[in-house]
This record gives sequence, structure tokens and C-alpha cells, in this order.
Amino acid sequence: MAGETILSIEGVSKNFPGVRALKDVSFDVRAGEVHALMGENGAGKSTLMKVLAGLYRPDGGRIMHKGEEVDIRTPLEARDRGILLIHQELSLSPELSVAENIFLGSWPTKGLGILNKRKLNSDAGRVLDALGCDFRPTTRVGTLSIARKQMVEIARAQAFNASVVIFDEPTASLTDTEKEKLFSIIADLKARNVGIVYISHKMNEIFEITDRVTVLRDGVLQGTVNTADATVETLTRMMIGRALDSFFTRARSNFGAEVLRVEGMAKKGLFENISFSVREGEVLGLYGLIGAGRSEVAETLFGVRRADAGRLFWKGGEIPFPTPRQAIDLGLCLAPESRKEQGLVIGMGGRENITLPHLGLFSRLGIMNRERETQVFTRYRETLEIKTTGPSQRVGNLSGGNQQKFVLAKWLCNKPRLLILDEPTRGIDVGSKSVIHALIAKLAEEGLAVIVISSEMPEVLGVSHRILTMSEGAFNGEFTGEAMTEENLIDAVSRHRESSSSRRARTAA
Amino acid sequence: MTQSLTQPALSGHKGMARTILLRSHIWLFLLAACVFFSVVSPYFLTVNNLANVLTQSAFIGILAIGMTLVMINGEIDLSVGATLALACALAIGLHNGGASAPVAIAAALLAGTAMGLLNGSLVALSGMHSFVVTLGALIGIRGLVFVYTGGNALLVNDFEYTEIPEVYLGQISLTAMIFFALVLFFQWFLTSTRHGREAYAVGDNVEAARDAGIRVGRHKLINFTLCGFLAALSGVLLSMRLGTAEPQAGRSWELWAIIAVVLGGTRLKGGYGDMWRTLGGVLALAVVQNGLRLLNTPNYVELIVMGLVLLLALGLDRIMLLGTRKGE
Repeated sequence: MAGETILSIEGVSKNFPGVRALKDVSFDVRAGEVHALMGENGAGKSTLMKVLAGLYRPDGGRIMHKGEEVDIRTPLEARDRGILLIHQELSLSPELSVAENIFLGSWPTKGLGILNKRKLNSDAGRVLDALGCDFRPTTRVGTLSIARKQMVEIARAQAFNASVVIFDEPTASLTDTEKEKLFSIIADLKARNVGIVYISHKMNEIFEITDRVTVLRDGVLQGTVNTADATVETLTRMMIGRALDSFFTRARSNFGAEVLRVEGMAKKGLFENISFSVREGEVLGLYGLIGAGRSEVAETLFGVRRADAGRLFWKGGEIPFPTPRQAIDLGLCLAPESRKEQGLVIGMGGRENITLPHLGLFSRLGIMNRERETQVFTRYRETLEIKTTGPSQRVGNLSGGNQQKFVLAKWLCNKPRLLILDEPTRGIDVGSKSVIHALIAKLAEEGLAVIVISSEMPEVLGVSHRILTMSEGAFNGEFTGEAMTEENLIDAVSRHRESSSSRRARTAA
Repeated sequence: MTQSLTQPALSGHKGMARTILLRSHIWLFLLAACVFFSVVSPYFLTVNNLANVLTQSAFIGILAIGMTLVMINGEIDLSVGATLALACALAIGLHNGGASAPVAIAAALLAGTAMGLLNGSLVALSGMHSFVVTLGALIGIRGLVFVYTGGNALLVNDFEYTEIPEVYLGQISLTAMIFFALVLFFQWFLTSTRHGREAYAVGDNVEAARDAGIRVGRHKLINFTLCGFLAALSGVLLSMRLGTAEPQAGRSWELWAIIAVVLGGTRLKGGYGDMWRTLGGVLALAVVQNGLRLLNTPNYVELIVMGLVLLLALGLDRIMLLGTRKGE
């Protein structure tokens, strides 16, 4: 029945050594609703979600499922009760087929442990058809796009007749159109009386698809409200305990000399004819959908990829395309999109991460000067307000916001001239976001050139002096001042798509 | 419908054919090696020689089958060479001591299986990496062999024992036939049984496998046990072929088995591979070794050449991998 409570937790607490992750939290999911769970990173959202999905067992309180008290000890037990978690970092086996992934752990057999592949594939095919998926059950999951992989996880929830589906930041790596598709599937689940828990940082999504919002802060329940009664301001206040004055700070415009100029840079299959320049003190926004080639342009400038064509001018003089080492020595630094894979060595401490690219500065005859490393660490911990227990704490254990600050500290400690930030606030909570935005403004005012790549429109509009739009591997719009509006950016990105065939025709001629 | 969701997923027959070609580098390499040695040596391309290569490849080949299972799980078993020596010594020792051949063979197989079970239990229960566990087992089991043989080679008294594998299908020996039968069986096992397919899930994404309710520890234990059994089987076949059990038998064969598996293209970190690849890797090693011997290459030079060949074959794999990436 719609509106009936399917799953609820009452007074649940969960402690980890030295951390109280959840304190006396109550939460419930009703059939046919989308219930948002919000809070800053470290507020306890993930812990709560993992309690629901059977990954953690609570220390106190009780879990009620369809009116009876239950003990969910493993993800398997959660699944048997129809509770499924769609992970942010998807939990699929890339080498297995779609069907095998959907039914992993309970594959049908013909007896004696021999797989019944026909049944496996036909069962999976039915679920995929019902969801309107265009890939086959036998397709290897590793060949699918992120959006399609997410569909496989949703198919898994369908296959097990889930009554509660928990989405953990599902739109983090989706394009706008993929997001629309996801939302229509969520609406469909909702119509079939599935209870949905929706974890997200993105306010516009919360207001678009959710019915109720529960906010956590520091492991404590801040309240549950009907989305219709909430505003961005009230939710923000609940999340961070105060009202944010403004989400974005733009640096004062005080531009100096040109730092970098790119002419006709191209890389086959990725991007073509990339030309732009950026000046000291300028924040240049680069907006485009995921897959437009933005990150690839950044990686080419930093030397991770080699360009096929083009010229590069650094402070007015032409230079060859650098290797990452040469780029660092020039002061051209990249804070990549995937912090954990490319930005940091997650197994090392914050101190070691900061000094890693500049070991020459912190050593003599190859012997490290620990004291100077620690001084630098301490300086950045204070100026960037990094929350960490000490110089050796593994950065892998820190929140996304604190990790990003370490990435920035790494580059800042060697006087950069140009900083390229690729999705600088992805997966970062509201509080840390505004700190990073303020930092971008401060750095620009100190004369640094900054390129901000982002798929979050408010962010690009909020921090940039000038915005370039990119689509399908080419720049197609430049906006400054009054022209920097949401409508114009959307228009630029979609206009290009329509005219891409004519562009190709031109190129051919 | 969204744009990227409606694009056809990368698959289809054309893609499949290309994938198969790109992923079967080891067979191309094997073919090239055969052509090369056929040209440079008149003795290579003879039925006799090729049959001999097959028989010689079977011992490391059977080790490599077990190794493939364990490696698809993302684990490794360094103790197979020692286990082979243990089974070899036990089979001959017990037979000499009065046990009938079937009893001695069964005891040897049982001992190897037990060693596999022990490795598997330690990996599953202690959470230690299998590299460490089986490195310990390698030393310990080799020690057992020395204790049992007193450090001397055991010579079989009953010469009929060495006649057991003297069964031929045309020129193909029983040993080689057993090897091929095992390749076929375990390839079927990997593709068509639940346990076999789950091996990939465990190696590919162990968290996902665990969350889906696969008992990962028990799963790995089964594969280590199978690996121990296969090592013992190879040891028993070797004892019959040689009629002696050297305490140093199978020394560094675990490395050759690993090399054969990796050469075939099975991934060291798990989740990917199969028995056809392993068969290709085993045959490639055997052909190169045989060819070098036909050319009277001195033993130490042979090792250098084998090392270079390995790098070459793996380089070929890398080039092909880049080819696939570009294609995708």
C-alpha cells in the first residue's frame, strides 16, 4: 500500500573507535515515496545507509521491517528482505556478463552445480526489457558506460523484487540526459510502491524528485520535513547549523599578463581545434557535459596525454607540450577529477602527499628533511582548515573535501602560475564546497590563473570571470559578464549537438 | 530515452571476432614459434617430436591448470612444485614399502589434496595473502620431502609401475591425454558450473561477490584444494614416467606454471583468464624449450633465450591490448 511504512529504524546508534557515527537516529521509508537523506560528508549518511543495507550492525536501537523487529546482519539478508543498495562506486564485476551480475550469488543451476545459462539470460532479459535497457544480458559489464552499469544495479534491485532501494549519489557521474532517464525509472519504481532512499548533495535534485527530506549532522538527526515545505535555505541551515551567506565568491577582476595560450590543439577522437588563453588573476570556467572532452583537454595541457597538433605559449613564449614533470616545474598544475585515483596516493599521509611532487625541495642529497615537510603540512592544515588527525593520517580515510584540500596544498606549496581544477567540488559537502570556492577566489586575487572545469552550472557561473562551453570535443561558446546565464550555457551546449552534422560537412568540404 | 543509453552496446559478431583474435595472442605466438623451428630444424616438425613435446608439457601443464583456477580467484600457489615432489616421493616410497600401486597412488593424491586444503584453509581463515601462505608451504613441504626421502632419490623397485602410463593413442601418450582431458574438463568447469563462473566474480570484485552472498573463503578453499590435487596428480604421473623420486623434483616448476598461465593472458590480479589460454601458454613454453634443445642450445643459453621469449610474448600481449583499447 502506498504510504505504508516499509522500513524504519528507531533510536539507532553506531560507534566506531573514537567516532560516534550515529546517535539515536530514527528514520523511516514509506512505500511509494522518495525520501532524501542529506547531510555534509561525515554527517552519518553512509553509516545509516550501510546499517539499512546490512553492511553495518547498529550498536543500539532497533530496525523494523514491515511491522516486525528484524536484525539485518549481512547484505544478503537485506536483499532477501527486499532492501537493495545502489552503490556510488558501483559494485559490479566487469568481467562477468550483465545477467551474471544481476543474479550474482544466486545463479540458477540444472543440478550438480551446472549453470542454467538459458534461464539466467532469459530471466535477466525480462528484467532489462521491463526497464527499457538497450543492452543484452550476455554483454560483458566492463564494456558498458557508467550510466548503463547503474542500470544493471537497478536491474538487480528489480530482479530481487526490492521493496526498498537506496541510491547513494546516483547522479554523480551522469550526464543530464542520463539523469533524466534515471529519474523516470525512479518515478516508475515509486509508482510500483517501492520505497526509495535518495542520498544526494544536489539541492535541485532533492526538490525535483523527493517527497520528504531527512537531514543528519554529526551523526545526529536534525529532522525530517516534507520537501514541499522546505527551501534551500532551511535545508542548508539544517545541514551546516548556520545559514551560508553566499555559496559562491567570485574573485575581484584584476587581470595581469597572459599565462597560457593554446592554439589549435587537437587529439584524434577526443577533441579538435582547441584555442584559448588565460591571464593572471583570471578564473576561466570550462562548462560542458560529461564526455565533452574537458578532462582530456586538461590532461593534455598537463602532459598526461600527448596532443596530435597545436601550439602552446607560456607567458608569451612558445613551448613544446610538456610532460607532467615539466608542467609542474613551469607551475602548471592539475587537480584531477578523480582525487582518489589520480590526485592523491591514498595510502600515504597528508604530509607525504603534499611534498610528493617536490621532493627535491625537501631533500638534500636524496635524504628527506622531515622537519620541513612537517612545517609545510602544518601551514596548509591551518590555512586551508584541513581536518586530519596528523601528518601521517592516511588521506584515504579523509572526507572528499579534506582530500581536495590536500590536492590543492600539494600544488600551492610550490608557487603555481596556473591551476587547472577538474570538478573541484564533486562529491564534496556544502560546507567544504564554499571553502574551496572562496579559496579559488583568493588564489585568483593573488595573481594565479585558474581554470575551473565543472558540470555543475551554478558553480561555473558563480566562480568564473569568463566561461567557455565545450561539446563533443570542441569549444562552441564564450561568455563573459551579463552573458553568463544558465540559459546561454544550456543553449550553447545543445545548439552544438544539433549542428554537429553540418560542422562535419564543413570539415569535409 | 537518453542518447548514451540508446547507443548500441559494444558487442555483436564483428566485435566478438576481433576480440577473440586480439585476445588469443598466445596462439599466434605458438604458431610463429612452430613455423620458426620447423624452418630451422629438420627434427622439429616430426610426429615423434611433437608427441614428445606434448608429453613433456603435460607435467607443468597440469600444475598450470590448478594455478589458473587459483589465479582467476586473484590468488597464487607457490607450493605446487613441492607438492608435486611430495606426491612423487610418496607414490614410489609407499609402493616400494609394499603398498599396491593403486593404494600408493591414492595416498599420494590424498597427501597433495591435503596440502591444497591446508593452503586454502590458511588463506581463507587467516586472511593472509596466499603469496605468503604458499611461500611458507613451499619451504615446509619441500622439507617434508627431504625428511621422507632422507635426501636421496628413491628408485622404484617394481618396474611394472613405470609401465602404467605406457598407453598410446596413435603417438599420443596417456599422460598427454590426461592433460588434455583435464584442460577440457576445467574449461567446461569454468564456463558452465556455478563454482567456475563464481571464480571470476571472486577475482574480479571480491566485495561485490561477498555482498551477493558468495562464501568467498570456502570458494577459495575449494580452488586451492583442486590445485593441490592437480599438483599431486602431476607428481604421480612424473613418478611413473621417471621411475625415481628426486627430493628436488619439480623445483621452480611453480614458476614455470605461473609463467605459462600469465603467458596465456590470465590476469595475475584475478577475474580474467581461462584454460585455453593456459593450454596455449604451456604449449608455447614447451615448443620453445624443445626447439632450443633441438638446436643444441647450451643449457644456460637456453635460459637466457627463454627469458627473452617470455618478454617478447608478453610484449605482444601488451601491444594487442593497446590495440583493443584503441578500438574501444
